[in-house]
Amino acid sequence: MADKISINGHLVEFTDGETVYEIAQRCQSERPESEAIPTLCYDPRLKAFGSCRLCVVEVDGSPNLVASCTTKAVPEMAVRTHTDHIERYRKTLLEMVASESSTIKVDPLRGYASQEFSTLVDRYQADTHRFGGHYSGTTHPTDDNPFIQRDYGLCISCYRCVRVCAEQEGDYAINIMNRGFESQITTEFNTILKDSACTFCGQCVQTCPTGALADKKAMRATGRPGEMETTRSVCPYCGVGCAVDLVAKSDKLVAIQPAMDGPANQGALCIKGQFAFDFVHHPDRLRTPLIRGADGELHETNWEDALDHVANGFKQVAETYGRHSVYGIASGRTPSEASYLMQKLIRAGFGTNYIDNCSRA
Amino acid sequence: MSNPLIDMQKPDVIFCIGTNMTECHPVAAIGLKKAIANGSRLIVADPRRIGLTDLANLYLPLRVGSDVALLLAMAHVIQREGLVDLNFIESRTTGSPAFLEHIQLFTPEWASTITGVEPTDIETAAIWYGSADQGAIYYTLGITEHICGVDNVQSLCNLALMTGHIGREGTGINPMRGQNNIQGTGDSGALPNNYPGFQAVTDPQNQAKFLGKYGRKTDLEKGITKVTALDFCGDQIRAMLIDGENTLISDPNRKHCQQALESLDHLVVIDIFLTETAEMANVVLPATAFGETDGTATNTERRVQRLRAAVSPPGQAKPDWWIISQIAKRMEIPGFDYQNPKEIFNELCSVSPIYTGLNWDRVANGEFHWPVPEEGHTGTPILHQGEFVNGRGIFTVVNYRDPNETISDEFPVWLTTGRRLTSYHTRTQTGRTQGIDYLLAEEALEVHPDDVRDWGLMDGDWCHLSSPRGTVKIRVKATSRSPRGTVFASFSFSDVPINLLTGSGYDPITETAELKVCPVRVESLF
Ligand code: SF4
Ligand code: SF4
Ligand code: FES
Repeated sequence: MADKISINGHLVEFTDGETVYEIAQRCQSERPESEAIPTLCYDPRLKAFGSCRLCVVEVDGSPNLVASCTTKAVPEMAVRTHTDHIERYRKTLLEMVASESSTIKVDPLRGYASQEFSTLVDRYQADTHRFGGHYSGTTHPTDDNPFIQRDYGLCISCYRCVRVCAEQEGDYAINIMNRGFESQITTEFNTILKDSACTFCGQCVQTCPTGALADKKAMRATGRPGEMETTRSVCPYCGVGCAVDLVAKSDKLVAIQPAMDGPANQGALCIKGQFAFDFVHHPDRLRTPLIRGADGELHETNWEDALDHVANGFKQVAETYGRHSVYGIASGRTPSEASYLMQKLIRAGFGTNYIDNCSRA
Repeated sequence: MSNPLIDMQKPDVIFCIGTNMTECHPVAAIGLKKAIANGSRLIVADPRRIGLTDLANLYLPLRVGSDVALLLAMAHVIQREGLVDLNFIESRTTGSPAFLEHIQLFTPEWASTITGVEPTDIETAAIWYGSADQGAIYYTLGITEHICGVDNVQSLCNLALMTGHIGREGTGINPMRGQNNIQGTGDSGALPNNYPGFQAVTDPQNQAKFLGKYGRKTDLEKGITKVTALDFCGDQIRAMLIDGENTLISDPNRKHCQQALESLDHLVVIDIFLTETAEMANVVLPATAFGETDGTATNTERRVQRLRAAVSPPGQAKPDWWIISQIAKRMEIPGFDYQNPKEIFNELCSVSPIYTGLNWDRVANGEFHWPVPEEGHTGTPILHQGEFVNGRGIFTVVNYRDPNETISDEFPVWLTTGRRLTSYHTRTQTGRTQGIDYLLAEEALEVHPDDVRDWGLMDGDWCHLSSPRGTVKIRVKATSRSPRGTVFASFSFSDVPINLLTGSGYDPITETAELKVCPVRVESLF
């Protein structure tokens, strides 16, 4: 018999080592009508940190509220997740945190998790001016890097960026300086990111729940009309095959976000996958077929003429020099369907194996 | 890769050779860092003090192109120390007697004279790997881009076989592929020796099978490789169809390559930019790019995933599959009436034994590693578990050979080439991305600070870099990542065409170019 705990009166099985939060989240996803436990400092890929206390729950026999993200389940535990007492506590907490932050509503282009905080403030109808605050930290106005905006006025000190950089990325590029309202996230010597161990992987941006760290490239599209639409695909660069979410706004690719459930990357990306996508809409892109004219130059043409010219050229060469005079080279960057058809064209068209790809380069 | 990426967190000893993983496959390196944080030991063998060496417990700074010597000596020590997995050898392999006798000749002292690595370090590496519960090998082009690329890979296989570090979780021989779908391209049959799914063209049964599928009998002889085809241009080869590859910049020996393509009667290039190669074509056809195309791609761990379009292509650009189908139709080749990539992928699955259990809908979430031999099969994250593909694992007797060209009075310095984190291949994509220049504005030749001084160079100044094939002008960057006597540059910038210099030799079996090693001369411009 598997061990069970009770969550809001429902008995739930769990496996050894699971936290109360993990179990509650699992139940909640099975019963979408129920409410989720709110979190701020939690990222499922990182070690639970237990600093924001938004995820608190009541446990029978325990005098104080406990943070569910750091509390391991034990058999027979009885947990309540949404009593009036807890919800009031959470609202007050949010109001205190909000007082640290200069802006609550931020553009979702800032990053994958950037709406977490404002969504909770809305959900709890928290009064963001209840506590006279003092914003923690300042922006880093001299950091001219083209990828990451650092608006520490929005920082609520959840340290998800610091932890993702250390635990997930293994780069330890950023850390916490000072304490309390004076605390600030910065690099080792308080330098700009370029002069630190930062590799511009963007992980800190994508885990930030307030948009304090923001995707500068994406924010170029803040004024662009249209809704943000995301489409799951795969990074075009190396062979790791990181899954990405393409973010488009009125038919333009404006950002890349890591697919947090990507099977090969589990939410990680590197600078190329994260930021190197401008080539897609670059003015140098070929827009029409080109044919070399009698003058020796390439000229724009239409598909009909181009394709006829291509096909006739191959036919003529094969007729004159035999079927072993035509060769095909497929690409390691196109989809497999292109490579499959390249080899089929050579094999079915000429009966040869005169086909290769660029892996020998 | 024989094992999935997730296994990277599991071995107790990881041996990385010829792979600059933190720069070339950064997300894979995350798994490695986690393994180290959990107490795994990392051995790195590389001529340069690459980023990965900062994480290593043991660094073996071997001379470029001397990998086989190092690996022979490691095998020697594993046997001498009694770390051979006799059970595994007995039950799973063949050819061990000849191999085990052969390696008795190659002591760490011998290897040290060739590789420049201390004998005691070779011993430590061999003992760590040999006595690990789970030992795993990772490598990249640093192993394959040599005239002895096949020997290098076989030497690694020998190590894994003699220690039984294969066919289990957290072990294996794991090449990291450099391009996002280079694995899928091979899987799809774009190879001169194999039909889709690595079915040999030399097998008459396969010939008959594809005659049935395609309606045309294909030669029983293997085709020539791309390298040979370029050699034959203007002679036997008169026309080429090149899909999305900047052959001219990425290939070794650029001058030769340019002459080859110029001599063709008919060159057709499909690409997203007017690359240096496309500029030479008779017809250039505009293709859709990443984010504009639906399709599939297979990653380095044999995982088949879907690519999806999110935005419209520019102008009249079309998907590659459409373009190739249209060419085929106009040449009256039957079987190209495709409406969408789904039909094509499903056809590929129907002719390829490693994809039989897959189809377009089944790969929607990317959870399968091939082979997936039948419907309902859950895929094969770890290869060679019960048996090797050909039954038993075969030991190969390998000998060390010098690189095709070795340093001389005229060309006294080793040049080795590679990639950088922030650029990719020939930069047709990263070069056109805002912000990348902030980090990497131009190519530089990495030279050890003492060599900079001794050779009369200055950090940041220009120098001439020459090989028997030509000279390029490049800036000098002093860095102790380069060992003395060896310099490094990437082939990413077309204004510094490093591949003008490289490319003296090819592996006789795979015809992979020796891009990693080239003797050069470095001269100050002043
Ligand atoms: S971009 Fe990556 S490396 Fe740089 S600070 Fe953020 S998480 Fe760390
Ligand atoms: S994001 Fe980086 S590591 Fe991942 S596939 Fe792209 S290039 Fe490779
Ligand atoms: S989410 Fe549990 S304490 Fe922050």
